[in-house]
Amino acid sequence: MEVPILKQGAVLIATFQAALSDADLNHLRSALVQQVVRFRSRGVIVDVTAMDVMDSFASRTLREIAHIIRLRGAETVIVGIQPEVAFAMVQLGLTLEGVATALDLEEGLAYLNQKFKTMK
Amino acid sequence: MSRVEIRVTISSDQDIVVARQKGRSLALELGFSSGDATLIATAISELARNIVSYAGSGQIALKDLQGSTRVGITVTASDTGPGIPNVSQALRDGFSTSGSLGLGLPGVRRLMDEFEIDSKPGQGTRVVVKKWRP
Repeated sequence: MEVPILKQGAVLIATFQAALSDADLNHLRSALVQQVVRFRSRGVIVDVTAMDVMDSFASRTLREIAHIIRLRGAETVIVGIQPEVAFAMVQLGLTLEGVATALDLEEGLAYLNQKFKTMK
Repeated sequence: MSRVEIRVTISSDQDIVVARQKGRSLALELGFSSGDATLIATAISELARNIVSYAGSGQIALKDLQGSTRVGITVTASDTGPGIPNVSQALRDGFSTSGSLGLGLPGVRRLMDEFEIDSKPGQGTRVVVKKWRP
C-alpha cells in the first residue's frame, strides 16, 4: 500500500495508512526524499494518525527520513502518534530521539511555519 | 486448554503485517483493552520481524490462554533458522547482529507478562510470550 504524498506550498504531507509493510516504508523514504529535492520543499509532515503499530523498523525508518531530510536542509515533523502507540513505543525503547513531533497536522504546520521564520 | 489457535506462516514483510493484525483481533476478542491489544500487536510485529531477518521463514501461532481465574493470550514464534548462539546476550538492550534491530527481544519481554526462549544453534528458535488480561 503506497503512502500518498501531498504538496502544500513549501511543505510535503505524507499520510500513513493503517497497515504498512517494511517495503511500503522503504518506498515512502525514497519517494519523500526525491520529492523534497524535486519541489525544493522546506518542510515535511508525516501523519501517522492511522498507524496502529509502530515497531522498531517503522520507528527507525521515520528517524532515517527525518535525518536525511534535515541533511537536505529541510525539517520533518511526525504528527498524530496515538497514545496507545506511544505507550508501546516507550516500552520497546523507541523514543524517536532527535525527531520533531506534534499533536496533529495543524500543530505540525504551525511548528514548521515557526521554523521557517527562524530559518530566514 | 486453548479454544482458539491461529497460525500465520511468516516468510515476508507482508506476513508481519498479517500476523500483528490477527493478533490484535484475537486480543480484542479475548477482551483485552485496545491499549493492551496494541502492546500485543507490537510484540508480534517484533517477533515476526526477527523470523524474517534471522531465519527467513517460520511461524507465529496465536492462542487463547485459559487460567483458573483469568484469561490471556499466548504468542509462539518458531523457526528452523540458525538459532541464537548467545541467548543472554540477545536479551540485553542494544544488542543486535543484523544491524540496529537489537531492541527486539528485550523490548518484547517488556511488552508482555511472560517470556520464554529456547534456541539451539543450527536448529532454530522458539519464543513463547504470554499476556494476561488484567
